[in-house]
Amino acid sequence: MSIADKACVTGIGETAYVRGSPKSALELQMAAARRAAEDAGISPHDIDGVIPIGVVSGIAEDFIDNFGITDLRFSALIPHGGASPTMALQSATALVAAGICNHVLIAFGRNVSAAASKAGARIHQMPQFHYVTEFEYPLGNCAPAQIYAPMAMRHMQLYGTTVEHFGEVAVACREHALLNDNAIMKKPITLEDHRNSRLIAEPFRLLDCSLESDGGAAVIVSAAERAKDLRHRRVFISGVAVGHPDSPAAITQRPDMTSLGLGKAAPRAFRMAGVTPADIQVAEIYDCFTYAVIRQLEDMGFCAKGEGGPFVADGRLRLGGALPTNTHGGLLSQAHIWGLNHIVELVRQLRGHGGRAQVPGAELGLVTGYGDLGDGAIAIMRRE
Amino acid sequence: MSELVPKPVPVPSAVALPYWEGLQRGEFCVQRCAACGTLRHYPRLLCRECFSDAVDWQAISGEGHIHSYTVAHYAYHPGFAAELPYTLVTIELTVGLRALGRWLGAEVPQIGAPVRMVLVPGEPYPTLSFAPA
Repeated sequence: MSIADKACVTGIGETAYVRGSPKSALELQMAAARRAAEDAGISPHDIDGVIPIGVVSGIAEDFIDNFGITDLRFSALIPHGGASPTMALQSATALVAAGICNHVLIAFGRNVSAAASKAGARIHQMPQFHYVTEFEYPLGNCAPAQIYAPMAMRHMQLYGTTVEHFGEVAVACREHALLNDNAIMKKPITLEDHRNSRLIAEPFRLLDCSLESDGGAAVIVSAAERAKDLRHRRVFISGVAVGHPDSPAAITQRPDMTSLGLGKAAPRAFRMAGVTPADIQVAEIYDCFTYAVIRQLEDMGFCAKGEGGPFVADGRLRLGGALPTNTHGGLLSQAHIWGLNHIVELVRQLRGHGGRAQVPGAELGLVTGYGDLGDGAIAIMRRE
Repeated sequence: MSELVPKPVPVPSAVALPYWEGLQRGEFCVQRCAACGTLRHYPRLLCRECFSDAVDWQAISGEGHIHSYTVAHYAYHPGFAAELPYTLVTIELTVGLRALGRWLGAEVPQIGAPVRMVLVPGEPYPTLSFAPA
């Protein structure tokens, strides 16, 4: 049985994205979840599956208690960092396709911009970073920028990827953020601004790095039949897949350190959806770092390995380009909500509700997730 | 400049304790599967080739070549602030494993260049480091 087109994203919800929210992660998660249910046109009582994202905010019991859910039929955690939201789409799709649930809530909230919980300290509490914590952290390999930098450095050296290629990704995201009232970054940047931004972990500069931000985002995944009666035009999940890199807990030990889990997942998702990269009209690609977008484009087959740099040149990812990408501003310029904000944006685009960043006539698009040290996920969606 | 905040100290896991004890003796020790002989690193419970949990530890030379690197310009932990900028090198070891270490060379690392291991004295463990061969 294929699960293609058996599920729809029926509800989307977001809080304001900010730095320094006075609200707890749980409050932000609950607020986004309520909005997603309202957007779908269902009562929170009707939610019968919950996949909370992350392990620092709410768990299934919180949703049962706060939403008065009387018949929750499924809950699970998916502990793969920024890949988790898109991985959760796979689980939710399978759940509604199998008739186990009707409406699965995927919700996330975070409040991390307080100094005590910056990424360099935060990741060392996560079990999937145990090799890094034991063998690399004491050497000064503390945070994702440093841990991922050797992948990007090797890509530059092997394939000739340049600082300008990274800059193209940063500029595209920023241009789109300027069209989004709920984006944290408000000032335009140029390729020169990118090149002149201070070095963080070579080859990454400040403007290669995503934001630390607070907020909540949520989606409701419903059985396609149920979705007919809900508020919005249906957005189908046509292909969805998950993949893990070799040596998933240590990039250092990965046979090809430029490889990602997405390289295994993407062909499965495209096959399931019966489409090719050339058919995709809008892409929301997990952009923890500019380099990550370039590498994922290669892994999805938009171009050959090593050609991701030239592929993004000349504004291809900007609105009006051949592949408008991160139309909300991405993790780089909207907010870092683990890419659940990417899923929300893709649904918005496919509904035609993209506002000033709407890709004209967008009917088919994709979203990716990228977690921890290279776990990957992809969902291809199409509107009815 | 003195370090006001100490750097993070390794907390050896049970499975990796012989690696850390080896460093204290001046050796880079890796796991060797006692059943099939396959080397592995970082330390883990099972051999992925034959699934045996029987291990002999073997000291390796630490020779290899540069696979990749980064230069840190920002201290994500205040204990490293006094050392900025510092360079981390990923080494393809001659025995077919990888290691991450500090770079002791005066020049920017060149991918593919041969290196030798240097254990820089430190408490409670020496710092795994590499220099041009």
